[in-house]
Amino acid sequence: MSAGGGGAGEAAVGVQRSERSIRKGAGMALLLLVLLLVPRFANNYYLEVLSEAWLYVLLCLGLNIVVGFAGLLDLGYAAFFAVGAYTAGIVTIRLGQSFWLSLPIAVVTATLAGVIIGGPTLRLRSDYLAIVTLGFGEMVRITVRNLAITGGASGLVGIERPHLFGYALHSIGAFYYVFLLLAVLGIVASHRLENSRIGRAWKYVRSDEDAARAMGINHAAVKLAAYALGAIFAAIGGCFYATKMTAISPETFTFNQSLLILLGVVLGGRGKIPGVILGALVIVIFPELFRDVGSMRMLVFAVSLLLIMLFRPAGIWPERWR
Amino acid sequence: MPLYEVLLQQFANGLILGSFYALVALGYSMVYGVIKLLNFAHGDLYMTGAFAGFGALSLFSGWLGGGWGGIVPAILFSMVAVGALGVIIDRVAYRPLRQAPKLSVLITALAVSMLLENVALAFTGGQYTAFTTNLGFAGVDLGMVHVTYTQMVLVGASVVLMVVLELFVSGTMHGKAMRAIAIDQDACRLMGIDVDRTIALTFLIGSALAAAAGVLAGVYYGSINFFMGFLIGLKAFTAAVIGGIGSIPGAMLGGILLGLLEAFGTQIPGVGSEWKDVFVFAFLILFLVFRPTGLLGRPEVERM
Repeated sequence: MSAGGGGAGEAAVGVQRSERSIRKGAGMALLLLVLLLVPRFANNYYLEVLSEAWLYVLLCLGLNIVVGFAGLLDLGYAAFFAVGAYTAGIVTIRLGQSFWLSLPIAVVTATLAGVIIGGPTLRLRSDYLAIVTLGFGEMVRITVRNLAITGGASGLVGIERPHLFGYALHSIGAFYYVFLLLAVLGIVASHRLENSRIGRAWKYVRSDEDAARAMGINHAAVKLAAYALGAIFAAIGGCFYATKMTAISPETFTFNQSLLILLGVVLGGRGKIPGVILGALVIVIFPELFRDVGSMRMLVFAVSLLLIMLFRPAGIWPERWR
Repeated sequence: MPLYEVLLQQFANGLILGSFYALVALGYSMVYGVIKLLNFAHGDLYMTGAFAGFGALSLFSGWLGGGWGGIVPAILFSMVAVGALGVIIDRVAYRPLRQAPKLSVLITALAVSMLLENVALAFTGGQYTAFTTNLGFAGVDLGMVHVTYTQMVLVGASVVLMVVLELFVSGTMHGKAMRAIAIDQDACRLMGIDVDRTIALTFLIGSALAAAAGVLAGVYYGSINFFMGFLIGLKAFTAAVIGGIGSIPGAMLGGILLGLLEAFGTQIPGVGSEWKDVFVFAFLILFLVFRPTGLLGRPEVERM
């Protein structure tokens, strides 16, 4: 826009923008309404798959904060998921407390885990970072496998289903709403974070760390915040996952789990929220559509990941760089 | 068993484990040193090498026998086949992304690793494959510790391979080209070095070494499976970092040190073998934080 005489044009653009945002808002509301009505029509199988999809939306969005926004490769993200799930398990089974108490505790433990993992890696270059986060992920898995409080290799069984306003969460329909709510909260939080001061700082550090530091951005604090916030997403997902399954074991939190979540982020388009949501839906729904390939699922994934990296290196629905 | 014999036994175990780590670490370190790529598929090339060697041995053992007469050709076959596979992987998956952001190449490397693992999984159905040889258990007795000839050959073979590699990189024109590319690719192009071919050569050698280690591991442990490359890939990387990534004697030193550390670490009272991987990773992280250049690595100046 030129300085003078641009007022009318700007106003027109403004009208267009608000029209578009209204249309977008209406579309969103309609979509949400449809999603809310799903349990009225769908059978348990669909609800089960969709609940899992919402959970992975939350997980992928959490990892997207680290990988997409801050540009730090994390190959041990399942560790934070494990921290949340085991926190819920320990709080309800070992301590006999309410499930709801495990949420704030999980936020604290996840933040701590994020800082512990993020701390030593701050000075590392991206490839060292990959291997250290991978190592941390394996360390967490081996640790929960060998401790008595986490139930060893067989894990924790009999995690209580929580009550909400006197209403017990036990049906798959109820959990569908819980995970849908978590996914929506995750989307809103991601969106708010992306457009906040820290969101801009993440992207600055991602594009050019040295320039960002020169402009007075505390790169250590910014990176740690990315790890901690990403960890909190996974941990909250983990808490609800634990209570839905009522049983957790270390084998849920392997390197393959971390890889699957990363795949969702990268496949969809790292750094772009709708892309990441799409990626999460693909990694859950795709294997369900191709039940026959079952055991070959990871093979198909590997090939598609390779092809996407070669031909669409920024993902299916990539972020636009401004 | 008296204490010194336990220690001696663990020393022998650690040395053998360390030779495997060192051989795999060499390829890791070379590729990283030359193009700064963390080749996640490297551990899986070791696994593929074990399977290629197994296939070759099954073919050869009919007329060459299941002893060293059959194993040596199997190792050579596996080195050639996997070396070629390494070159193909570089050509198809890594070369198109030479100018791309690091994250993309890392993810591609992960994809190649998943691909190799899952192809092997599809072929074997996830079962352990018995790697039968008739080497026997003849060897030398040192007190109560029995060191078989097989074990000695394993350690000897890895030392020979490492010495040859070091001579190649430090003494030949190709080696010089590799070292030059590690410093500045664009300048190399201007000086008439065929960068792509030299990188392909690096992959060839690194992959062949991993394949040799894979066959030797199959011979030593007697069974192979599709997942055998995952952990050793991680540990070989750890070894390369401890020794100083990019340095060939460093990779060797790091591998042997890590092998010994693991062997003795399991002997500490209260630390069972189930904790040994936690031990190794903790060591890696400490090393990266306090001495990221490793024992023999040169400090790297990051240019702005």
